[in-house]
Amino acid sequence: MTVLVFVEHAAGEPDELSLQALAFALDFAGGNGVDAVLIGGADAASDLPVGTAHVAELDGGYAPQAWARAIAQLEPSVLVAAGSERGNEVLAHAAVMTGGALAANCVAAAPGDPAEVTRMRWGGSLLEEARIHGPVKLMTVAPHAVAPATAAGDPAVAPFTPELRDEDLVARVVERVDTSTGGLSLAEAPVVVSGGRGVGSPEGFAPLEELAGMLGGVVGCSRAVTMAGWRSHTDQVGQTGTKISPELYIPCGISGATQHMAGCKGAKKLLAINSDPEAPIMATADYAVIGDVAEIVPAITAELRRVSG
Amino acid sequence: MDVLVCVKRVPLTGGKMVLTADERGIETRHLGFTVSPHEECGVEEAVRLVEAHGGSVTVVTLGPPEAEEQLRDALAIGADRAILLETDGSDWDPESTAAALADVIAADAPDLVIFGNESADAGGYQVGIRVAHALGRPCVTGLKALAVEDGQLRGEQESGSARDVYRVPLPAVVTVKEGINLPRYPSVPAKLRARRKPVERREPERRDARLELVRLVVPEGRGRQAEVLGEGPSAAPAVVELFQRLGVA
Ligand SMILES: Cc1cc2nc3c(=O)[nH]c(=O)nc-3n(C[C@H](O)[C@H](O)[C@H](O)COP(=O)(O)OP(=O)(O)OC[C@H]3O[C@@H](n4cnc5c(N)ncnc54)[C@H](O)[C@@H]3O)c2cc1C
Ligand SMILES: Nc1ncnc2c1ncn2[C@@H]1O[C@H](COP(=O)(O)O)[C@@H](O)[C@H]1O
Repeated sequence: MTVLVFVEHAAGEPDELSLQALAFALDFAGGNGVDAVLIGGADAASDLPVGTAHVAELDGGYAPQAWARAIAQLEPSVLVAAGSERGNEVLAHAAVMTGGALAANCVAAAPGDPAEVTRMRWGGSLLEEARIHGPVKLMTVAPHAVAPATAAGDPAVAPFTPELRDEDLVARVVERVDTSTGGLSLAEAPVVVSGGRGVGSPEGFAPLEELAGMLGGVVGCSRAVTMAGWRSHTDQVGQTGTKISPELYIPCGISGATQHMAGCKGAKKLLAINSDPEAPIMATADYAVIGDVAEIVPAITAELRRVSG
Repeated sequence: MDVLVCVKRVPLTGGKMVLTADERGIETRHLGFTVSPHEECGVEEAVRLVEAHGGSVTVVTLGPPEAEEQLRDALAIGADRAILLETDGSDWDPESTAAALADVIAADAPDLVIFGNESADAGGYQVGIRVAHALGRPCVTGLKALAVEDGQLRGEQESGSARDVYRVPLPAVVTVKEGINLPRYPSVPAKLRARRKPVERREPERRDARLELVRLVVPEGRGRQAEVLGEGPSAAPAVVELFQRLGVA
């Protein structure tokens, strides 16, 4: 059994999430061989800790079905990728092409027939123990479930030209539009101050904006807020919003539904501001202030101004 | 143009996941049900397309008889017709789900099929793509914007701080994400009309699962309550002290 890992890359370097998938695959393989497959990017392959690094020579931008066709041509029996947008998408295509079963967002796995995996449901709020049956097994690895592979290797780099079908290139990226605002992104901000239904109105977010500004952070929100049209969906934290991992997360007037919490599992510390001491968020927060967000947040910004003179 | 949307009934779990005694499902006795926000946006997108271009919207679900409720919700948003692929409520793996959905969709031959990017509960990230292959149609996933012009679909997908643009001919399959639109709240008359719209029922054939659910596990919480820094505005000094200790102020 050789385990094949689809490695995504940018600017000559393998992606962090792909290195995590590689670590997962090395562990799953035990003493068996692990190979990598890349679409272009021989540079990124040169010191991967694998036996062979297959490099598909494909021109043009991202084309999920074509990428999957290239990978499927290597006839893997075990195929692993990162649980990234592209990792999940390419492996779903590859599952059809290889006739395999795909378990997305795994956090642990043990080889065998069937293979046993533990995977994320509900954005990580629930885990599922499952079996993968059949001769071809595919897994993606949930982001940040395992540490990345750090050892360097000296793989045989094997370029190949995949045989594509016409239909493989129908869906491909034909244009890339830059949408960066130049500002700090929600996903990367060191401090996030989020508001929920308890903030009461779009105007109620002004004190949260001020606090976020003073802490070098950004404002987020819950789905109750985006559904009410108070803020744009780009601010939503959660299972169907943005996943954040700040040093400090400050949810204000947010109850702590599992789908919201699925988006802030990466936060180091959590300070909840809520009028209800029994709110579910109290079971996940490190610290809490009980009371009305409309009174508490302005008091905090006033105190910050006072101490900074 | 005819648009078909696939939605999946899931429980509204609130603050805590509680499992059934056999650990193969969520205890739903006291819970309401919904569909993934991605799929709700999918229904809204389909209705908007048909409002702009004419045609019809069909909504399909595979699930227990009670999933009729989620079909009625979609009919209230503006879908014209609903199909329920009735099961006994047990978990269907992605391959069987896709095969059953592909059978009905192939018979219907819509111009566009819309899925959620991933289901709320299983999060398999594959049913839409599997159906696209079964139908022999192109598939574009994770769309945050979508437009149809001259038999072509233009879709935008977020990718870091950029958007990737795709153009594919119809018929096609897409998966969408929440944020592509803000779904409407159905009016009372729309809800009443939805009650009278037809729901067709079929009984799909289930295959052996090759991704077999064995058991669900609730991840361990931290098993303790938050440390309360204070009540009301008088807690402000304690909060600022915390900021200083954490090095954020
Ligand atoms: C599949 C699925 C995906 C979802 N994805 C997401 C997601 O990505 N992100 C997300 O956020 N939600 C998501 N949800 C919705 C989620 O289940 C909750 O409905 C939502 O998070 C609730 O938002 P909320 O906490 O703001 O509102 P509520 O649950 O109504 O809570 C409001 C809170 O504010 C407190 N409060 C009220 N007044 C005040 C006051 N004056 N001062 C202080 N506190 C006050 C209350 O005590 C309460 O705790 C999803 C749901 C489903 C089914
Ligand atoms: N039981 C189902 N009935 C109808 N549609 C479904 C069902 N399961 C999954 N889907 C559709 O397929 C998408 C992807 O599901 P998944 O592959 O489980 O993440 C969902 O967002 C739905 O649009």
